[in-house]
Amino acid sequence: MTISRITDIAADPQNAAVVATGLTKRYGGVVALDGLDLSVPTGTVLGLLGPNGAGKTTAVSILTTLIAPDSGSARVAGVDVVAQPQRVRSLIGLSGQYAAVDEHLTATENLVMIGCLYGMRRKEALRRTNDLLERFRLTDSAHRPLKTFSGGMRRRIDLAGALLADPPVLFLDEPTTGLDPRSRGELWDVIRERVGAGTTVVLTTQYLEEADQLADEIVVIDHGRAIARGTSQELKRRIGGEHLDVHLARAEDLARVEAVLREVAIGAIRTETEEALISVPVAKGVEALGTVMAELTAQNVEIVDIGLRRPTLDDVFMELTGQKAQEVAS
Amino acid sequence: MSGMIRDALTIARRNLIRIGRVPEVMVFVVVQPLMFVLLFAYVFGGSIDIPGGNYREFLIAGIFAQTVVFGATFTASGLAEDVQKGLINRFRSLPMSRSAVVAGRTASDVVYNLLSIVIMSLAGFAVGWRIRGSILDAVIGYLLLLFFSYSFSWVMACLGLMVPTPEVVNNATFIVLFPLTFIANTFVPSDNLPGVLRTIAEWNPVSTLTHAVRVRFGNIPEGTPEPTSWPLQNATLYSLGFALLLIVIFAPIATRLYQRTGKR
Ligand SMILES: Nc1ncnc2c1ncn2[C@@H]1O[C@H](COP(=O)(O)OP(=O)(O)OP(=O)(O)O)[C@@H](O)[C@H]1O
Ligand SMILES: [Mg+2]
Repeated sequence: MTISRITDIAADPQNAAVVATGLTKRYGGVVALDGLDLSVPTGTVLGLLGPNGAGKTTAVSILTTLIAPDSGSARVAGVDVVAQPQRVRSLIGLSGQYAAVDEHLTATENLVMIGCLYGMRRKEALRRTNDLLERFRLTDSAHRPLKTFSGGMRRRIDLAGALLADPPVLFLDEPTTGLDPRSRGELWDVIRERVGAGTTVVLTTQYLEEADQLADEIVVIDHGRAIARGTSQELKRRIGGEHLDVHLARAEDLARVEAVLREVAIGAIRTETEEALISVPVAKGVEALGTVMAELTAQNVEIVDIGLRRPTLDDVFMELTGQKAQEVAS
Repeated sequence: MSGMIRDALTIARRNLIRIGRVPEVMVFVVVQPLMFVLLFAYVFGGSIDIPGGNYREFLIAGIFAQTVVFGATFTASGLAEDVQKGLINRFRSLPMSRSAVVAGRTASDVVYNLLSIVIMSLAGFAVGWRIRGSILDAVIGYLLLLFFSYSFSWVMACLGLMVPTPEVVNNATFIVLFPLTFIANTFVPSDNLPGVLRTIAEWNPVSTLTHAVRVRFGNIPEGTPEPTSWPLQNATLYSLGFALLLIVIFAPIATRLYQRTGKR
């Protein structure tokens, strides 16, 4: 079982599988990347998190040799992406932000073609195709042209294309966008499996939960530069301990409640006017909860729900960019 | 090199799978050429007289030449579509030969053109066209048509990789290809054309292609004077040389463009 064009890299945890230094890229007046540094140890998952236009796709495009950076350099498995793009291609699998499939070909035809272009024999390509189709529960649709597929099904074929040759480094640009929860979970499992076997993964995502679930390290980027990095635990710690969420019956009360919460806040207070929700990071959770409850009851504010929760990456995002992730993503 | 051929065949195979599945391909490759032969044969073939000959037979080589030249535009629209659908980017991320995508496309378009020519030949035969020369000459004539269209596909490949959307291809090519195929001896003998047009027609490679094929098919009306211009006198050589030149110039350009397309 040899794939002539896939280069093997020894799983050497000392060495970073992906290193980028000072990547910049501008499109006319738009700065897409503004000095991005990355380092992804072999066999780990890096989550690139950022709002629309942050530069995630640009970074992935440079690392996968599709575009050249204006300055800076990057290596994949020790190979320079600008100097030796063809060698880099033998080390990577890419699933871009939008499914790149031939819609007139069947699922099998698409994947076998990709396998052949990785240098596999047809038989081997077909064997792997069948395995992956089964894995993604698409065996029944294997022989239908992709134009009859739903968006999520196409997406999974595209992902299968990235996984087909079992390359040592995977780049997945928003891999689960458009997938239903079950397919998303299955993809996570596949990724975890590959990582367990030594594969390195760079994934971009707008699903904060996804970075939390999969990534060993998260780099938050905004306007083309890293604004924070660390494990999901570290990022959460930066944001403070617990969050106190208050759901009000009437949005008119928000201003009054905000004044109360300011007393216990240790970070930015976040309000969602439409839903009459207000959220704040607090130091001593239970104590703060008691204080706030007492005060709001005294002020006769009608509360639908109040509670403490662990911070999510949403909060990280809010804290770091001053924007709410979902708002930015839509 | 062998890797390049293998990859090009993989790509060509993929393009050929599409023949039966994409209705537009069928229309373009089969229906349109068929319609041309029949229309020209019945509308013009019956009403235009040329001295000493059969205009229908005279026309066939012209229609073939025009069809394969237009057939080459398929290369442009196919590649432009691949760019738009993100497939080129996918290919560019794979460890495949850098010239294989375009080479595979131009190769599969030869097959498309061959199909068109077979259809047109059958239709031509049905309306009374006959090959009156030797089989060998006829085979050379057919090969010349295919090779010319193949070379033109490389020009079209460059166009396909430069345009923003596949739709632009049609507009861009029509403006160039209609004059190219009409200011020629495709449908009327170039001797009948006035002054400058005649000179253009005589040096137009579509004319020399048509003339070469016409001669090889034995479809030159009796008593037609020998051409006076050099390109037409050496029509096979001139057409072949022109085609080779196109490949030499445009194949490297197309490969370079491929490596740069699909910025996203
Ligand atoms: N080909 C291009 N031409 C012009 N501008 C571009 C091009 N590609 C990207 N940009 C710009 O560069 C910036 C970064 O884009 P990029 O696609 O990398 O963002 P992203 O983080 O992937 O966003 P999204 O979450 O929407 O996918 C944006 O401002 C975008 O408009
Ligand atoms: Mg993107």
